[in-house]
Order: sequence, then C-alpha cells, then structure tokens
Amino acid sequence: MSAAMKAIIVTAILLAAGSAACASSEADFKTAFAAADAAEKEAGRLRNQWTTTEAALATAKKAAEAGNFDEAVKSAQDAEALAKASIFQATSEKQRWKAMEIR
Amino acid sequence: MRIHPALSFLAAVLALVAPAVAAPAAEKPDPAADAKAFQDFFRKKFPQVKFEDFVNGPYSMNEDMRKQWEEKEQFPPYEFALEAGKEMFEKPFKNGKTYADCFANGGIGIRQTYPYFDDKEGKVVTLELALNRCREANGEAPYSYVKDEMAALTAYMAYTSRGKPFDIKIPDDPRALEAYERGKEYFYTRRGQLNFSCASCHVQNPGERIRAEILAPALGILNAMPIYRSEWSGMGTISRRFTTCNSQIRGVPLEPQSEEYRDLEYYLSYVSNGLPISGPGARP
Repeated sequence: MSAAMKAIIVTAILLAAGSAACASSEADFKTAFAAADAAEKEAGRLRNQWTTTEAALATAKKAAEAGNFDEAVKSAQDAEALAKASIFQATSEKQRWKAMEIR
Repeated sequence: MRIHPALSFLAAVLALVAPAVAAPAAEKPDPAADAKAFQDFFRKKFPQVKFEDFVNGPYSMNEDMRKQWEEKEQFPPYEFALEAGKEMFEKPFKNGKTYADCFANGGIGIRQTYPYFDDKEGKVVTLELALNRCREANGEAPYSYVKDEMAALTAYMAYTSRGKPFDIKIPDDPRALEAYERGKEYFYTRRGQLNFSCASCHVQNPGERIRAEILAPALGILNAMPIYRSEWSGMGTISRRFTTCNSQIRGVPLEPQSEEYRDLEYYLSYVSNGLPISGPGARP
C-alpha cells in the first residue's frame, strides 16, 4: 500500500471517529430547523409545499422535544432539502408547464 | 475606466442577441381554440369512445368496469345523498327563504352554467361557493366544502341538470381570461414530491392503471361531480377531488375554494363545454 493511500485511510478513520464523537446540540437543531422552516415558508409563498417536507419538520420537532438532537438535526436537514426541491419545482414549472399543454 | 476587449466583445454580442431571445409578446388567450384542441386530443386518443361517454370517466375506457358500474347504477350509492340534498334544498332557512331564492330558475337545471366569472367581483364563482354564500347571506353557517351536506346539495342540483351540456362562458374581460389562463397553468403544472401535474394522470395516462385505479380522462371529468367514491366510503365534491389529488402526489393541498382551485375548475369545465352533466356519479 502506498504512503498516500495509508494517509487517506488514517484520515478517514480519524474523521469518522471525530464525527461520531461530535453529537448534535440543541443549538445545532435550532439552526437547522430555522433554515428548513424558512425554506418551507418560501415554498408556501409559492403555493407549492410538499407533505413530505411537513412530515420531516414534524419529525425534527418531535425528536428535539425528546432530546434526540442527532435525529432532530438530520430530519431538519431533510426538510430543508425537500423544501428547496419544492421551491425549485415551483420556479422551474413557471415556464415548463407550457411544454405539456395540448395545442 | 478601461474595459477589457473581451468584455466589450461579449457586451456587443449580447446587445445583438438580446432582442432575438427576448420573450415574445404574450399571446391573447384563445379559450375556444384550446377547447377544440383539448377535445380533439381525446377524440383521437380514444376513437372508440363516443363523445358523450367521456363524462363516464374510467367506465368509458374499460369494459369490465363499465359492466360493474351499470349494475351498480340499478341502486346507485349516491341515492341517499341525492334524497338528502333535495330535502335540504327545499327546506327553508330560519329566515323563511330557501336556496331557490339565491339562484336563477330557482336553482333547478342550472349546474351546467357553473362556474361563472363574476364581473363585479372579478373572480370565478363555483356552485359550491355560491351555495355557501347563499347560506351566509341568509344567516346560516357555511358548510364544509368537501363532503356531506355540500356534496348532497350539489348532487341534487347536478341531478336536475342531467343531460344539459356544460355551457361555461368566458367573457371578453381580461380578468376572466387571466382566471382561465391561471386555471390552465395549474392544470399543467407539476407539483408535489411525485412531480405530477393533473395532466400527468388525466391527459397522458387516462385508461391506464395507477395502482388499482383506472385513470379518468380530463375531458368530462367534472361533469359527473359530485361523486360517491368507494375509496372514500362516501360522497365528495369537486373541492374534495382537487385536494385529494394534491395529497396523493405528496403536495400540501390548498384551502378548498381557494382562487387556484376555482380557476382550475373554470378551465376544466370550459374545455368540457358541450358534454352533458351526468352528476352525481359513482367511482371506485
């Protein structure tokens, strides 16, 4: 095994151990939730929220209330990604719908 | 300030190209041409289906389902709602007036003219909305838009219009044309996590199965409303149909009778002009 390969493996192990030890805090959750909530509000303004975003937000809140901030942060991040996808959909469909029209 | 020659060149190219790529002036909506294209599309796609039969949704597409439905129509599942609707329609409000006082021709045989564009309000008025407005104007609490009483009332009113062709008017008023265009946009716009538009199912795939259901064609889809759905174990209005469609594709439904749904109903009804009212209907 080359020296470079060894260095990569050692770094990966150290990073994995480091992230496992780094549990999420309530502050992390609040930050992640605020970002997700803001994106979902924007999707609401565009009249295009997804039920899955709402479910992920609810799961995040529930996990935070139970003190499980790892799961809470993960769900909030999922919710943010879903909300951003719904925003992209609403924005791109402003023109794309015309391609489907019967003419 | 010195501008890099490459930037100057790019600016010059953009200045030349921009007018060519600028969005073309918006064409004036032509609902009549839309309706013709819409109806022709379904006629060509299903040459074996008689035009009037499109109002029967999946039963016009599948022989087995049609036989089951014809048997079911001997004792239709919407019959109770129809009777309740007639009774409710005729029963006076606390002030002594009735629904008949709110509608043209006493509310009988008028379903085919709804929704209409109200030029005073500048918005689309559906039958469900008009019924609740009638109630409120007479001191009564509005009904839920999605089922029960509203479904019963609209079932009765549809029944008195059976066989009358949809006769939706779009006045030459820019606000009416905008409402129509917004309804069309809603119909073709993909939404929800499943990335479906109304057209994904009801234009691209009518007659095909989605799980256990056979998809109905968009043409004539509102003529049979309200409907008894076995899946719902009860009656449902147009509002219920729209909101559940949105949920099924993992979209958060809008409020029943929101402007978007009213415009959608306006568009979908208009493009089915000429097809007879067949409501109340029954669907699996």
